[in-house]
Amino acid sequence: MFDAAILILDSTVRLSTPLLLVCLAGLYSERAGVIDIGLEGKLLAGAFAAAAAAAVFGSPWIGLAAAVGVSIALALLHGLACITFRGNQIVSGVAINFLAAGLTALLGQAWFSQGGRTPALGPEQRFGELSLPLAQTLADVPVLGGIWSELISGHSILVYLAFAMAPITWWTLGRTRFGLRLRAVGENPAAVDTAGISVARMRYLAVACCGALCGAAGAYLSTAQSAGFIKDMSAGKGFIALAALIFAKWRPIPAMFACLLFGFLDAAAIRLQGVSLPVIGSAPVELIQALPYLLTVVLLAGFIGAARPPRAGGVPYVKER
Amino acid sequence: MTAPAIELVGVDKSFGPVHANRDINLRVEKGTIHGIVGENGAGKSTLMSILYGFYQADRGEIRVNGRRVRIPDSQAAIALGIGMVHQHFMLVEPFTVLENVMLGAEGGRLLRGGSARARAELARLAREYGLEVDPDAVVGDLPVGQQQRVEILKALYRGAEILILDEPTGVLTPDEADQLFRILDQLRAQGKTVLLITHKLREIMAATDAVSVMRAGRMVATRATADTSVEELAELMVGRRVLLRVDKGPARPGEVRLRVADARAHDAQGVERLRGVSLEVRAGEIVGIAGVAGNGQSELLEAIAGIRPLSAGRIEICGAPLARPDPALARRMGLAHVPEDRHRMGLVTRFPARENAILGYHRAPRYGNGPFLDQGRVLEACRELMAAFDVRPPDPHLKTANFSGGNQQKIVLAREIERDPEVLIVGQPTRGVDVGAIEAIHRRLIELRDAGKAILLVSVELDEIRALSDRILVMFDGRLMGERDAAADERELGLLMSGVGAGRAA
Repeated sequence: MFDAAILILDSTVRLSTPLLLVCLAGLYSERAGVIDIGLEGKLLAGAFAAAAAAAVFGSPWIGLAAAVGVSIALALLHGLACITFRGNQIVSGVAINFLAAGLTALLGQAWFSQGGRTPALGPEQRFGELSLPLAQTLADVPVLGGIWSELISGHSILVYLAFAMAPITWWTLGRTRFGLRLRAVGENPAAVDTAGISVARMRYLAVACCGALCGAAGAYLSTAQSAGFIKDMSAGKGFIALAALIFAKWRPIPAMFACLLFGFLDAAAIRLQGVSLPVIGSAPVELIQALPYLLTVVLLAGFIGAARPPRAGGVPYVKER
Repeated sequence: MTAPAIELVGVDKSFGPVHANRDINLRVEKGTIHGIVGENGAGKSTLMSILYGFYQADRGEIRVNGRRVRIPDSQAAIALGIGMVHQHFMLVEPFTVLENVMLGAEGGRLLRGGSARARAELARLAREYGLEVDPDAVVGDLPVGQQQRVEILKALYRGAEILILDEPTGVLTPDEADQLFRILDQLRAQGKTVLLITHKLREIMAATDAVSVMRAGRMVATRATADTSVEELAELMVGRRVLLRVDKGPARPGEVRLRVADARAHDAQGVERLRGVSLEVRAGEIVGIAGVAGNGQSELLEAIAGIRPLSAGRIEICGAPLARPDPALARRMGLAHVPEDRHRMGLVTRFPARENAILGYHRAPRYGNGPFLDQGRVLEACRELMAAFDVRPPDPHLKTANFSGGNQQKIVLAREIERDPEVLIVGQPTRGVDVGAIEAIHRRLIELRDAGKAILLVSVELDEIRALSDRILVMFDGRLMGERDAAADERELGLLMSGVGAGRAA
């Protein structure tokens, strides 16, 4: 029983990681007032870029750099459309999703001719599992040993990065000049403008942060969790992360717990696949998978306290009257 | 003699066809409170926005402390020691006072060091100028007067020597306004220069050392406050305009069609905008409401039209009380409403004219065919309206935004009058309308009066009020200051409009 629990929690951590990175990515963008429906697309593009670069250059780090670069480029494209040209942020985000879905499949086929996949990556081309100190020695200690060596240890570096990013983001937003300005620009850009700070610059910085984190999430998907890129491998994670962001009311620490919850639901659904339960028969896997969305809808309907989005979200800043 | 704190020479600014500032010259002495008065739309706010680097002047020169400067953005203005308290506060509401004050002047990448310094500085400013605010309070939770203090603190924290306040008392209670003026006195005593923009003459007389008057984008006069009077300022502000002539016979008032009894209403900020307004409009008369914009006229119109809920009092249309704030209900009771701002409330300018011509009446059976609109009849109705009101071009398919202001207004007026209402309430019927159309619109309103309808007219154009009204009510600060007949002296009305002569209520 304990071992089963550890296993589920272990896969919860793995499944939460991309959600958390993407969720925090969205947080930077949306707290600055730029709504980002295109998280899914940036995640997918990042995954493709990471796998392709890792396959060609043989290093997951080059893959990560490529993923971050491509994802930032897409984020800046979104920024160009919504910040500079004051376009509709939803439309631009949707466009980026389509662009990423189409381009990854097209380029994958053109470059590697494997039906949209990238070549399978060998161990040296992927992010391996890090073994934390004492993981081996403690493995046999009851309870604590299991938690340390199974649950905490043995993940790729991107997992630790993701879970470190939550407190780092909290600290950045709350304790730094950059964070103060970023939050202000999402609430009342006119106040930022009259304080002599460029609204556009702040928003571009924010979407660039968003792109970088999406890229890291993409690299995790294709070069840590899996060994290569598969067509549409993001599979809606960008949208679940968006739901988690709303669920967490745009705050970093709650975002981490929301992502863990949604990751847990996913892990439970996988674990329960085909398992017959007493009374209800086969496990309602689809229902469990739909829970993140259901919970978000319930929250949005105001049952768990109103989620107050950044006030200037979705509104291009226009100075002249 | 020291150089003036601010000197403007020949400043000129246009927004497209709107010439907001024409050849402005202004000299503000150091260590004084200098008032700038003018009606809404006279160009005061634009001028101040130029000083604060929010807009760029098309021509002209700005000198600060005798030195010629360029102010390309707010940062430059701040660096020159110019601080601004905007009419609509530039505050981040979910932030604390401290965070708002620090924003843009954080003093380092991390907030910690800066916030300790800001906290100490706020305490010092609070002592020196009586500007007490809890630095850890969330700004959105503070009353308006306190929020304004935060704005002033923001400017002072950035080292402002010249403080611009744009309509600072518009949102304040009289008590809060008094406190503000005490703070301004303190600032002056410490050698700061204050530019006070307002349209309230009493404040100018009470608080300033010198005053400049703007009208229609021009700076028409500058006086030492001690050497002028409210009467002179009112006259300079309103100006002597060409009197519009409207031929009309004497009114034959019938029974009361519209009654407003002790109406009170608040705006979104919770400020009371109607403070007990009572009036009656009879069939066959035009009652004009004169007043400087922003004294509750808009709220009055909205309340009567059923758009804005009353917090107290009642409205009767054709003898029956308006049971709830519901514009459709008000319409069914016989009311038609030509809103003050046709772009915001009267029209959907992206729609073709034919759709705007039936907007709000689109449920009427005559335009319908079951759940569908009968496009043929809509088109026909629009053609009739356009012919009757001489809308040019008479093209029902033209996008409404492409009509001139006057023709847009004719479409709204035609739509509202065409239903043959018993009561018509009209706001700013000729704002942004060319002279020819003004005449046509005025003629229409008189015809409607002579047909026995009750008309309530709100306009900031005193001439229009005088030309059309059978009775004139003057509104100031949410109250009616008095009633005069159409032959009333312009200066007397001007005084009532600026709140002088209170006590003689209607």
